[in-house]
Amino acid sequence: MPRVEFWQGNVSLAHGALAAGCRFFGGYPITPSSEIAEVMAEELPVLNGRFIQMEDEIAGIAATIGGSVAGLKAMTATSGPGFSLKQENMGLAYMAEIPVVVVDVMRGGPSTGLPTSIAQQDVMQARWGSHGDHATIAYAPSSVQECYEIAIKAFNMAERFRQPVLIMSDEVLGHMREKVVIPEEGSFPILNRKRPTCDPSEFMAYKPDKADNLPPMASFGDGYRWHITGLTHNEWGFPTNCTEEIAKKSARLMDKVNAYRDDIVEYETESIDDAKVIVLAYGSVARTALSAVRQSRNKGLKVGYFRPITLWPFPDREIEALAEKAGTVIVPELNFGQMILEVERAVHGKAGVVQMSLVNGELFQPSEILEKIEEVAR
Amino acid sequence: MPRPEVLDWLRNRFFPHMWCPGCGHGIIMHALLRALVASGKSREETVIASGIGCSSRMPGYLDACTMHTTHGRSLGFATGIKLAKPELTIVDVMGDGDCTAIGGNHFIHACRRNIGITAVVMNNNIYGMTGGQASPTTPLGAKATTAPYGAIDPPFDVCKLAQGAGATYVARATIAQPLLCEQYIKNGIANKGFSVVEIISSCHTQFGRKNNRRTPVDNLNFLKNASVPLAKSEGMTPEEIEGKIVIGEFVKRNAPEYTELYLGLIARVRGDKV
Repeated sequence: MPRVEFWQGNVSLAHGALAAGCRFFGGYPITPSSEIAEVMAEELPVLNGRFIQMEDEIAGIAATIGGSVAGLKAMTATSGPGFSLKQENMGLAYMAEIPVVVVDVMRGGPSTGLPTSIAQQDVMQARWGSHGDHATIAYAPSSVQECYEIAIKAFNMAERFRQPVLIMSDEVLGHMREKVVIPEEGSFPILNRKRPTCDPSEFMAYKPDKADNLPPMASFGDGYRWHITGLTHNEWGFPTNCTEEIAKKSARLMDKVNAYRDDIVEYETESIDDAKVIVLAYGSVARTALSAVRQSRNKGLKVGYFRPITLWPFPDREIEALAEKAGTVIVPELNFGQMILEVERAVHGKAGVVQMSLVNGELFQPSEILEKIEEVAR
Repeated sequence: MPRPEVLDWLRNRFFPHMWCPGCGHGIIMHALLRALVASGKSREETVIASGIGCSSRMPGYLDACTMHTTHGRSLGFATGIKLAKPELTIVDVMGDGDCTAIGGNHFIHACRRNIGITAVVMNNNIYGMTGGQASPTTPLGAKATTAPYGAIDPPFDVCKLAQGAGATYVARATIAQPLLCEQYIKNGIANKGFSVVEIISSCHTQFGRKNNRRTPVDNLNFLKNASVPLAKSEGMTPEEIEGKIVIGEFVKRNAPEYTELYLGLIARVRGDKV
């Protein structure tokens, strides 16, 4: 019999991370994400892992990156203001290609905003928050079960692509309790970073393998000497002003993920085949959207449901094809229009895109989305 | 000429270095390498971390496990590395702006935790790389590009700050005493907990040109003449000490080291026999 738990989203996410092999957590208390740190503080020492509460959010991710450099799978978790503070060091992890998982349990902003209320206002910050160009991998779970599963996937992607992977949870999901069926160990894949096999004297820390455009990663203390820097660097890892080397490194930071876009992109659909209207939603809002879609189906309306599981990379090609067929996409979001910009980009004007924004600290009611569906379908 | 075992620690591929001719930081780098060699450390088991600034470029030149991080945050990264692998020797080289301005919070908390890292604070009283702006250690009245009429902000005393925050080894020397620099860094590395070695360096390019210390020799002479050993300073009046640099070992005490405590906690919760 599989183990069954009745967990909060934050607790589920933390346990998923541990199942993925997370053995380092550096963090700082912030609502509504603190339960993740609390679970880690309790569980990691039992697993011979490391938990440390740092002096601020910036140090929280710095220590996490340090833990990863020393060879441990590492995670930090935060919420709005802390997510802003972590952006610079996330940039270092992008540039230096250090795997880490960063969780943002979204709350209302800007500034201190609404610490105990849901919002989806950080989804563009996830993509563009750290200065400079880089590829982004960001997941948006929408159930407590999925918090567990996505934590595992996020670690797999971080380890595979050697960069930060983000989990954009939200306040409702983080604090909601649901049944979680714990997958049996061995029933899900676990990926670990590729290690160098060459003699340490020949190690070029940032020379990618031809096969996957990714360099193997050594850990400090395992016999390889190498240099990590946030400066744009060559294949030795040394800072460079050579235009060719700059162009090569900068492009690889994008290409190493973009080339595997289809391996990463995930989404879920329901009753989409004959749909004339698609409701596209993510995170907790997807729950409301699905309820409204099912109610409208009961009323005989041809309405489908599309939920991006990865916000970044965005499932743009998939949406384009479906939207063109359907004609209209409704995008309810708890912000003034963020992922809708990606939907508009994806559909290339081949379908109408209808915005629904709610920024009052609450979720939509299914009836509100249903009303919009009826208005559009009419 | 440096000894061959010291030269082994250099990444020749990385040279020439970017420091100005006559910069004080090279003296500190040499002292650090002599200290590491004298301590019997291996390059594979030694991590040199840094933040941003002239001083923070040092790790790139050193053939060890080196990490050049973000401005002021290096102790956060170093803390993560040390906690993950306590067996590693960790030296964090930082400038005065890196350590006491943008990184001040991380600095005092590393002192408080007493985690086994040696911070070598290369204090040249100025932001050199960005063009000579005032730092939290720019002396009162000294000129900088952002203090053209003389600094009015009282400066930090890095050693007192470290002592107050809980560091278990705190010492200061200047680049005019390279052997003392080596000795103090070596003692810092030997200390189990958090060690702070402040080394007063010089930046004739950015600080000196505005403060009548235009040449490297002017700076070395100034530091030599201004240095007062701790024992001697104890018999001096505050007026006599004014403008002097007190050198010596200010703190040497035993206290539990952070990663030892954490490993002890692991053993306790796992029910292992300690």
